[in-house]
Amino acid sequence: MAPEYNTMELMICVAARNLEDGKTVAVGTGAPCAAAMLSQKTCSPNLVILFEAGGVAPMLPSMPISVGDSRTFYKAIMAAGMSEMMTTCARGMVDYAFLGGAQIDKYGNINSTMVGSDYSHPKVRFPGSGGANDFASLCWRTMIMTVHSKDRFVEKCDYITSPGFLTGGNAREEAGLPEGGPYMIITDLAVMKFHPESKAMMVVSLNPGVEIEQVKENTGFELIIPDVIGRTEAPTAEELRILRDEVDPLKVVIGR
Amino acid sequence: MEVLDQGINPIFTDPDPDKAREFFRQKSRAMVDKRMTEKEAVEKFVHDGDYFAAGGFGANRIPSMIIHEIIRQRKKNLGFLGHTSTHDFQLLVAGECIDRCDAAYIVGLEARGLSPNARKYVQAGKLKLTEWSNYALDVRLKAAAEGVSFGIVRSILGTDTFKMSAAKVIECPFTGKKYAAVPACWPDVVAIHVHEADMYGNCVIKGISVADLELARAAKHLIISAEKIVSNSIIRENPTITAIPYYMVDAVVEAPYGSYPGNMAYCYFSDEAHLAEWLKVEKDPEAFAKFLDHYIYSSANFEEYLEKCGGLKRMEELQKLENVVEA
Repeated sequence: MAPEYNTMELMICVAARNLEDGKTVAVGTGAPCAAAMLSQKTCSPNLVILFEAGGVAPMLPSMPISVGDSRTFYKAIMAAGMSEMMTTCARGMVDYAFLGGAQIDKYGNINSTMVGSDYSHPKVRFPGSGGANDFASLCWRTMIMTVHSKDRFVEKCDYITSPGFLTGGNAREEAGLPEGGPYMIITDLAVMKFHPESKAMMVVSLNPGVEIEQVKENTGFELIIPDVIGRTEAPTAEELRILRDEVDPLKVVIGR
Repeated sequence: MEVLDQGINPIFTDPDPDKAREFFRQKSRAMVDKRMTEKEAVEKFVHDGDYFAAGGFGANRIPSMIIHEIIRQRKKNLGFLGHTSTHDFQLLVAGECIDRCDAAYIVGLEARGLSPNARKYVQAGKLKLTEWSNYALDVRLKAAAEGVSFGIVRSILGTDTFKMSAAKVIECPFTGKKYAAVPACWPDVVAIHVHEADMYGNCVIKGISVADLELARAAKHLIISAEKIVSNSIIRENPTITAIPYYMVDAVVEAPYGSYPGNMAYCYFSDEAHLAEWLKVEKDPEAFAKFLDHYIYSSANFEEYLEKCGGLKRMEELQKLENVVEA
């Protein structure tokens, strides 16, 4: 019998499988960190985890609560600073970074700053870029794990905090940004990537039990729907065991 | 140099490198005893209207003691550098000390959630903001530390983060590549919490340095709070690890648990229960006013605040929590 799991566990497992062995990944707290830890314990033992505040390749004893707490450099190979991390991204040595936000548009641009139409009097103010814009600008492949809903997947972000492909096509390079950008969006409904030319978001696979109509209904813009859509592979019993027993035994992330 | 595009928000600090050099020319190089209380340090070096920055990241190794004192002395109209500022930002807003901010990360406390009071303050337009990314702010400090008027980054281009910044797009004279030029930032006064300092201000930081090496070098005035005051001979035994030399420092404050309720690597973990209490009580303005009065305004100093938070017993629990990580 197939094991039971929740959507957070599914998203983390999918993300973990897509981090290639021997690459570098910049992570934050929560689900991205869980995905990177799971990846190390399954498919990618030589994945290097980096934290923006300066932790390099720690032997994470548990899930950090801050991108700069002492766990992020526990038995690390280096406790550096923000400059070391960001210049490493700028030189092209950081392969993956995880991003999140309140809104994402069809070109993978992300809003983590404010919702509303008046910048000086926002309806809701969020933290802003932090290091997210730097990662989105400077890493090779950015990954997003998020809940799939119409108010998150919007035609136009109220504010673009971090760049995806901007207005699509070559807009990113024309703005002066280096090659890179959003690579994969993993939601509770589907996995999406971006069209190689238009750079618009397209469905790659539907999560187990999800139909394409559900994805369309929960997206505020028109997705590219290819003729052949894959099926996201469910978490294996082994992935779930490691995730639950070793990565997040306190259920800080997967318990939600 | 041709400017191809520019952000629309103001620069809060003067990026003129010669004015900065003139300031540093006058700064004392005397190796003298700079120890003082937090009250003296803030009275002497933090003035209404100053542009202030704090070391650390998130709630980690932040100078809580010095920020409490800034609130207690009711400093007003300060500018603030907000690079992943969490509890420090929450504190300064609670005291209504700041009216302008270079913002890369504000209002939130990372995985813990958003500060209701800080969010209200920003949403009400009480803070003039100029947006940046963490790295853009870091490069602004590095430029200042290098004594030049701007630095360049490849991030922020093409976004509203750029539009709402004070950066300018320029073209590389060698390759034609576009860069965001960001102005040097010399804060009037900076507070950094460190593990060890001698009485002159030679400092040792353990674990990650975040942006504090460049922040110390950009600071016009620098207040150091230290978990432990050590002798000058201890510093001289291993000068390789001196992070900040004394001539950058104006005040040295002995501050055991001086980053509480934040996490001080190798010393004590963050007090998550107390931080959660902050987030909860902020939802009720009346209760929050009483909370602030109890913990900050009616405390004579930071030590009294620590007592109210459970004193040595609580600090020992947090030490144990941190040591579990180390074991």
